[in-house]
Amino acid sequence: MKWDFASVFANWDALLAGAAGTLRIFAICLVLGLSLGLVVGLGRYARHSWAYWPATSFVEFFRNTPVLVQILWFYFALPILAPFEISPLAAAALGISLNSAAFSAEIYRGGIQSIEPGQWDGARALGMSWAQAMRRIILPQALKRMTPALTNRAIEIFKMSTLASAVAYVELLQQGKLIASINYNPIEAYTAVAVIFFVFLWPLVQFTYLLERRLRRDE
Amino acid sequence: MSLLRVRGLAKRFGANQVLRGIDLDVEAGERIAILGASGSGKSTLLRCLNFMEMPDQGTVTLDGKAIGRNGKYRDGELIAVRQRVGMVFQQFNLFPHMTAIGNVMEGLRTVKRLPRQAAHARAEKELARVGLADKADTYPAHLSGGQKQRVAIARALAMDPELLLFDEPTSALDPELVGEVLTVIRALAEEGRTMLLVTHELGFAYHVATRVIFLADGAIHEQGTPDEVLKHPTKERTRAFIARHKEFSL
Repeated sequence: MKWDFASVFANWDALLAGAAGTLRIFAICLVLGLSLGLVVGLGRYARHSWAYWPATSFVEFFRNTPVLVQILWFYFALPILAPFEISPLAAAALGISLNSAAFSAEIYRGGIQSIEPGQWDGARALGMSWAQAMRRIILPQALKRMTPALTNRAIEIFKMSTLASAVAYVELLQQGKLIASINYNPIEAYTAVAVIFFVFLWPLVQFTYLLERRLRRDE
Repeated sequence: MSLLRVRGLAKRFGANQVLRGIDLDVEAGERIAILGASGSGKSTLLRCLNFMEMPDQGTVTLDGKAIGRNGKYRDGELIAVRQRVGMVFQQFNLFPHMTAIGNVMEGLRTVKRLPRQAAHARAEKELARVGLADKADTYPAHLSGGQKQRVAIARALAMDPELLLFDEPTSALDPELVGEVLTVIRALAEEGRTMLLVTHELGFAYHVATRVIFLADGAIHEQGTPDEVLKHPTKERTRAFIARHKEFSL
């Protein structure tokens, strides 16, 4: 057979719109997922049961259900239960963010727990409160150790964005599907989508290597 | 009135009763060396005094004000106590992500809310006091053990503590680095600072302490002047402990 990318290039504007959509949902889910994850992770770390149990239930629920099911649930089930419409972007972003929060919460908790107790002693002996010790002493060190795991999470979020195509949100995979179905060229269309993802993600991964090396420097 | 008054202090870890009813009065200006075999409860006693460990029983009174009520402690109350009672640890517990001066400034900035310039000036003064003015911008990873411990002492001093707790400050050091730390502590003693010092350096205790306490099985077994306890101990266990420390020389 002959590869024919001309029909893909002809639809470059559709792919551009898809790329914009992918970047938008990635940015939203990265910020929401990782920041909500910190809150949930602190809840998991805390000894107070009023923080521990909600956080733990959250993590268990979202880790043990597929993201795709969550997105479909938010899009199709939630509007029946609640009196509002939900856009494809909102449903997908909600699913991916909450799922990422659950996974990153465990990264935060593990990172915080890996800091030796002597650091807490040093901070508390100066008269720091729990929150001050966490913010000034524990988290800065823990974040450094968590960087590899969190950047992996970021890459996962980028790839998970394709699940938004299940609710017809305009992102790269959705646009690839569209091009393939109009032009009957699935090989070229999906190859193009894969290549575009690689072009985005490869520099991101290289950047994380660089970041890890820089963080190790003052140790 | 005593600066610190301890009554009936008891602490247990699981089945292990570490402290069994300690009574202790510390007057301002006293320097008390706490000796004892490992597991005798020395470190736990010290850590109960600034509530790094919560006592199971007993009372701690600072400047006539009892801390806690019926074994319950408020966070704010403990934070206030820890600002008045400084602590130096065996493992230094410096913050590795901050430079030496950053470590010394941290309590001043975060806890005492001093402006940056004032905190910096004060921290420089404390680093100079421990002889490390030239290491201000060095990270702990690039300091020797003795230098780390001196930074830790400067960090505690910057908070203007009324009482200093030293928890085996030289035990983690190579022998050739012990002297520089002891010199700093001796200078603090000469300033008349009140301190409690858990140590294995009997010679140092003899020369620097005003009182020596020997702990055994979580209780005060014998106490008195350095001369009484270290040269003329009356109890068998104290004698045996001192005899085991062959490096003890006067």
